[in-house]
Amino acid sequence: MSPDQDIDSAADRREFMEGVAVGGIGVAFAAALPITATADEPVPPARGPGQPVPVKLNVNGTDHDLKLEPRVTLLDALREGLHLTGSKKGCDHGQCGACTVLVDGRRVNSCLTLAVATVGRKVQTVEGLADGDVLHPLQLAFIKHDAFQCGYCTPGQLCSAAGLLKEGRAKSDDEIREEMSGNICRCGAYPNILVAVREVRQGALKEKP
Amino acid sequence: MPEPRSPLGQPLDRADGVAKVTGRAKYAAEFAPPDLAHAVVVTSTITRGRVTACDTAAAEKSPGVLAVITPRTVPAMKAVPADLLPKGRPPIELRPPLADEKVSHFGQAVAVVVADTFERATAAAARVRVTYQADEPALTLEEAEPTAFEAETFVGREDLKHRRGDVARALAGAAVKLEAVYRTPVEHHNPIEPAATIAEWDGDSLTLHDSSRWVHATRRVAAGVFGLSPEKVRVICPFIGGAFGSKGFTWQQNLLAAAAARHVKRPVKLVLTRQQMFTLAGRRPETKQAVALAATKDGGLTAVRHATMSETSPLADFVEPCGTLSKHLYSCPNVEVTHRVVRLNRSSPVFMRGPGETPGSFALESALDELAVAAGIDPLVLRLKNHADRDEEKDRPWSSKHLKECYRRGDERFGWAKRDPKPRSMRDGNLLVGWGMATAAYPGIRMEARAKVRVTADGRAVAASAAHEIGNGAYTVLAQIAAAALGLPVDRVRFELGDSDLPFAPATGASQTTAAVGSAVTAAAVEAMAKLVKLATTDKASPLFGIAVDQLAAREGKLVSRADGAKADAFSDILRRAKLKGVEADATAAPGEEKEKFSFLSTGAQFVEVKIDPDLPRVRVTRVVGVYDPGAVLNPKTARSQMLGGILMGLGAALLEETVYDGRGLVVNPDLADYRLPVHADTSDIDVSFVNEPDRHFNPVGARGLGELGISGIGAAVANAVFHATGKRIRDLPITPEKLL
Ligand code: FES
Ligand code: FES
Repeated sequence: MSPDQDIDSAADRREFMEGVAVGGIGVAFAAALPITATADEPVPPARGPGQPVPVKLNVNGTDHDLKLEPRVTLLDALREGLHLTGSKKGCDHGQCGACTVLVDGRRVNSCLTLAVATVGRKVQTVEGLADGDVLHPLQLAFIKHDAFQCGYCTPGQLCSAAGLLKEGRAKSDDEIREEMSGNICRCGAYPNILVAVREVRQGALKEKP
Repeated sequence: MPEPRSPLGQPLDRADGVAKVTGRAKYAAEFAPPDLAHAVVVTSTITRGRVTACDTAAAEKSPGVLAVITPRTVPAMKAVPADLLPKGRPPIELRPPLADEKVSHFGQAVAVVVADTFERATAAAARVRVTYQADEPALTLEEAEPTAFEAETFVGREDLKHRRGDVARALAGAAVKLEAVYRTPVEHHNPIEPAATIAEWDGDSLTLHDSSRWVHATRRVAAGVFGLSPEKVRVICPFIGGAFGSKGFTWQQNLLAAAAARHVKRPVKLVLTRQQMFTLAGRRPETKQAVALAATKDGGLTAVRHATMSETSPLADFVEPCGTLSKHLYSCPNVEVTHRVVRLNRSSPVFMRGPGETPGSFALESALDELAVAAGIDPLVLRLKNHADRDEEKDRPWSSKHLKECYRRGDERFGWAKRDPKPRSMRDGNLLVGWGMATAAYPGIRMEARAKVRVTADGRAVAASAAHEIGNGAYTVLAQIAAAALGLPVDRVRFELGDSDLPFAPATGASQTTAAVGSAVTAAAVEAMAKLVKLATTDKASPLFGIAVDQLAAREGKLVSRADGAKADAFSDILRRAKLKGVEADATAAPGEEKEKFSFLSTGAQFVEVKIDPDLPRVRVTRVVGVYDPGAVLNPKTARSQMLGGILMGLGAALLEETVYDGRGLVVNPDLADYRLPVHADTSDIDVSFVNEPDRHFNPVGARGLGELGISGIGAAVANAVFHATGKRIRDLPITPEKLL
């Protein structure tokens, strides 16, 4: 099932937009789900923003069947629908990075991604970084170097760093700083995050033949 | 009782590290009671006036909506109790939210929509139509200045009016003189976790999962407002996603969530949006500070005048205590400090990391740099020359102060001696290089706290107090303190906190958790140990039978005879023989007469290097060296992190952060893109170190606290470095490129 098939083209775009507050999400929506704007009346249609639809999400390797309104973001689907609260909401506007998850291995702000747009894709959250009780090298390095204080930005930092390393970026300190700048840490753990990411990157390099 | 292998002073990993890196740590909004409904706040779009009509019909018809709550339909709420602090009125809004239809600032709560999902509540909130009658607001310090009033104390603790000697005379006859006005803007805490509450009623019992850094006060507030006895209210908060001065006492969302839950008879979750964090969750007020300094030709201070003004809202009595350090940071016979406040139609301000010290040290330490330039003296030499050997405000000795050592080490680590004092004299290629320094200081504060400790038959211990884990490392450091006092390895001690059912702890603020709660934990542990000792020494089956108490030590989970190390009895054996599951004790610790004998001040030296492109004058901080004296450093790893956090927030305040209001009093930049915070790419080399001398007069563990020391002085150190690089003195923060053009 592709996300577009799931949305009735007669959906009330105005109501849809109203429900998701501010422009940023609207942009994401418009890109992912083409809809024709038609009705003016704020009466909820039988299918549309106010009406849940079945959605199958694959999160950390497990399929989940959910009923979600099409306007539900991936972040809210994870936190409210699946109670996977590791992904954090800091701004809901794509400005802080706390909600960063990996979708098909790519870093995305889950607050800017509609859950329905990830159907058929693989979502990985902080809960899926460890292998059972064996922590991911980044998780270990974050603990060792005290790369967090309150811990609220941490899942996003970890997912961003995991994505970076997978993409083969983060080759220099400056590159790590630049690439991680979408993840704000108000506690100011940046210097320690840098050391942690650098250490894991160097370890990963060593493992390669 | 601490033995050689004491866990105190060790750079241990955080006890909650695994929980935080796996996403298992649960923050306030992350609990899931069955049947949870979602609330969204509707906020005012005018700055001053009143709501004349609130049309809720469309919102009520919106799918999934359970209720639209306005001042007319909100469940009854009384005023917030005014006696939350040991002394003085709390500086917060005592008016409960939705109490009336008056609007006193932009972004004030005027209605709450509750629906079965977050999306439906958000959609319906946009359909509430509010009509206002708008009145003329007070918007700027200048406009409101004629109505300024003088503040006498800060939270009943700190005198805000101080006068010694004759400042006017000293200024008149001064060899060197400096008079200048410094300004700092409104700043917002912006913790990455927004303020959040889940409220749940069971009959007339209320449970709040609340992002509160003072669960006991939040309980008292909720009990007072809803007319309940405090035992009927429980406030739970195992983790806080940062606060920095916000999230204390109460904020709108916890009372609104509780009111909404009562109204719809379901548990309700209310999380402020990031935009609402700019009008419903506190902020640092704007300040304007006139400083006058006088000195002898060789730089001896003869007068300090610090006349400050800050602003508060129509709803709260907050004052930014900018001048408190000026009373005693330097030795000076003639000092005058005053604090004036005006009311503006802005949201209520509150504490923000280093309230007073942060903007105040920007003014004082900038002025000192200007004085050094005027007198032709090195800024570091000037500070050493005027070092306060005792507290001249209170006329008593410091409990422990190693500021001179901080200066000395900072000087060395930074390489200050190589500084050419002439502005624009140092370069790195095309870039202008500037070196600046400032003194950091924050008082040692400690309030009463209570804790309990239980040693169990499996040779472990649980210690508990209603303290908070806010990123300060409370789970870790308080367990270290308990382990040290019990003679147990730290991995056998667990700390519990963040629950108002636990013994009283003060707010996690004023950098006091370690000092206040740590003292109570030590006291409770000592009492629990006394019970174990009694069990062992009165038990004929114990190898320690009959041995005097002072001949015993606790080590690695055993009581050991000091005289003969072979004589030992494990805690688990003692308890097993006594057929007990454990021994428990609780204790209260409060400051005693040392409070009258000594003054307590943490200090430090901040050194900053900036590099500035002369064509596009963007300031980059390339190096920071901070050396601090916070008393004993109990965990150097988490302590360093806290200092880094303070320094980075200080760099943000120096160069980036500013909440902007437009000509109607609306916040122009209420989000994390337009309110600029330091990001990874703004960060460079930061060198943090400690003198690490315990302050035994202050409390048993000798720690004064760290949370706010790191930010103090950073603004001035940056401004002083910018002056050194460019020859331009910027007296209003933040130092943005256009100010240097
Ligand atoms: S919550 Fe998604 S970027 Fe802030
Ligand atoms: S650890 Fe608190 S925001 Fe990063």
